[in-house]
Amino acid sequence: MNPLRYDLQIIASWIAPAAKVLELGCGEGDLLLWLRQNRQVKERGIEIKESKVVKCIEKGISVLQGDINTEIMDYPDQAFDFAICSQTLQQVYDPVFLIQSMLRVADQCVVSFPNFGHYKTRIQLMFTGCAPVTKELPYEWYDTPNIRVLSLRDFENFTRQAGFRILKKAAINTKNHQMEGKIVTFLPNLSATYGIFLIGHQ
Amino acid sequence: MSEYIGHDHNGTTVGQVEKQFFTFAGKEDPFLLESGAEIHPVTLAYETCGILNEDRSNAVLILHALSGDSHVAGYYTPEDPKPGWWDIMVGPGKGIDTDRYFVICTNILGSCMGSTGPASVNPKTGIPYGTDFPLITIGDMVRAQKMLMDHLGIQKLLAVVGGSVGGMQVLEWCVRYPDNVASAVALATTCRHSALAIAFNEVARQSIMADPNWCSGHYYGKAKPGMGLAIARMIGHITYLSDESMRLKFGRRLQNKSALSFEFGAEFQVESYLQYQGRKFIERFDANSFLYITKAADYFDLAREHGKGSLVKAFSKCRARFLVVSYTSDWLYPTYQSREMVKAMKKNNLDVSFCEIQAQWGHDAFLLPNDKLDHLMKGFLNRVAHESAPV
Repeated sequence: MNPLRYDLQIIASWIAPAAKVLELGCGEGDLLLWLRQNRQVKERGIEIKESKVVKCIEKGISVLQGDINTEIMDYPDQAFDFAICSQTLQQVYDPVFLIQSMLRVADQCVVSFPNFGHYKTRIQLMFTGCAPVTKELPYEWYDTPNIRVLSLRDFENFTRQAGFRILKKAAINTKNHQMEGKIVTFLPNLSATYGIFLIGHQ
Repeated sequence: MSEYIGHDHNGTTVGQVEKQFFTFAGKEDPFLLESGAEIHPVTLAYETCGILNEDRSNAVLILHALSGDSHVAGYYTPEDPKPGWWDIMVGPGKGIDTDRYFVICTNILGSCMGSTGPASVNPKTGIPYGTDFPLITIGDMVRAQKMLMDHLGIQKLLAVVGGSVGGMQVLEWCVRYPDNVASAVALATTCRHSALAIAFNEVARQSIMADPNWCSGHYYGKAKPGMGLAIARMIGHITYLSDESMRLKFGRRLQNKSALSFEFGAEFQVESYLQYQGRKFIERFDANSFLYITKAADYFDLAREHGKGSLVKAFSKCRARFLVVSYTSDWLYPTYQSREMVKAMKKNNLDVSFCEIQAQWGHDAFLLPNDKLDHLMKGFLNRVAHESAPV
């Protein structure tokens, strides 16, 4: 089995063994498969793209094809221990509603996103005057699925205003196709490529 | 459904299979139907392939659609020109791998392909039942299948798999016998017919009943209501295709001619195709069975039957792991109907996977070769088999 992407390794380390886990936008199910095989979790995924859903089911992952914003609504309250939304939040129209929904169906939720406050992003904008295109946000402004760009600081401000409680956070810097990386503690908003947050009820 | 039957292009097959029969219910212990009527004896035709393992935990029950039969894969004789109806899915190394699973396919109650139905002899009169055969339901079909599983000594099915009317039986199995089903695959199906589906079935039934040869269903030994049945099949066939598939398959092309001839013969390819399908169907299917099975499908309403009107309540009895698949161009059982059942399953915290497969071939897509469905089936069954295996 391929090693888990570095940001997913951090998320996986936060998930309790045998937990019930829902992942929104689970892609081809790498994280859920790892969690099932190594943490014996009960997994459920939601993914919109048919080809990725087929890959998940091929691996034996339980997954629903659909839009995370609507599919999350039919689960009973507190049906899961963890809800995970990894690198999809920047594509969500109403993040407050989504995180509220995640906290309705799960005790705790994990969100992660590329950090728009990273120094390379800042430098690109400053010196080229164009919307930055980075390894983490590799799209041109006209073809990007990312309708929100945010920094770690933006997210922390947002959680305070929206009334969410951050239980854990990790600012990370990844390299080598994101398979390796390290936790950043010095000037995270400037030097981290991704932010990962564990959120609980206030 | 038989028009799609073809041998696997790789030549892999389960080999020769044999139609078997199981008869139950005698005069003393007749089979009680949901309508309140009783019948005896009841025979089900069935076929098996693969090997049942020692702890009897690898059985997969396949449930056929309206006009299908027990002949799911393989062939009857080495000269047989056609294999079973799902030969592309069932066989060694295929989506439903007969090297691993013991596959059972049973012909449904009410059919004419070896099971007891309106063409069977009524023991009270000594002549075929005709329309004296009581109306049957999907629940009756499934209860009869359960008798067969008991007879075969299979306590728990690893999976029940079926599309269309077969999918309805899959859902019924899971709700009615939650302890006896580990997993379920429901393809291109619904928890209840829409008005559109009932409407098409009613037109099809009316065409049979309007045939002068129908004789209120007592035509056995006389001329068959062939024209009525052929038209019923043509109507059905239209609903199994889609606008897109018909456009691609036929367009407005003419059959064996280059100009319109201004007469009522079959001029367009699509007309000729439907007429051919209609004619072919008369040879193998009984008109009364068509009436009974379509009616059973129209009656089917999982929520009403098992949940006092609530689908969520109906599925609350289930414990199986589900795979639900719909097709983008299926206008008979569109995706919203699959989503409705998935939603009710989710509300019950059931383990359900759902995939809407992009396919242009309409409702019948599940009978056509499709790598995606093979992969879904293989992965899903593999997981269930792995988790059901004794530790």
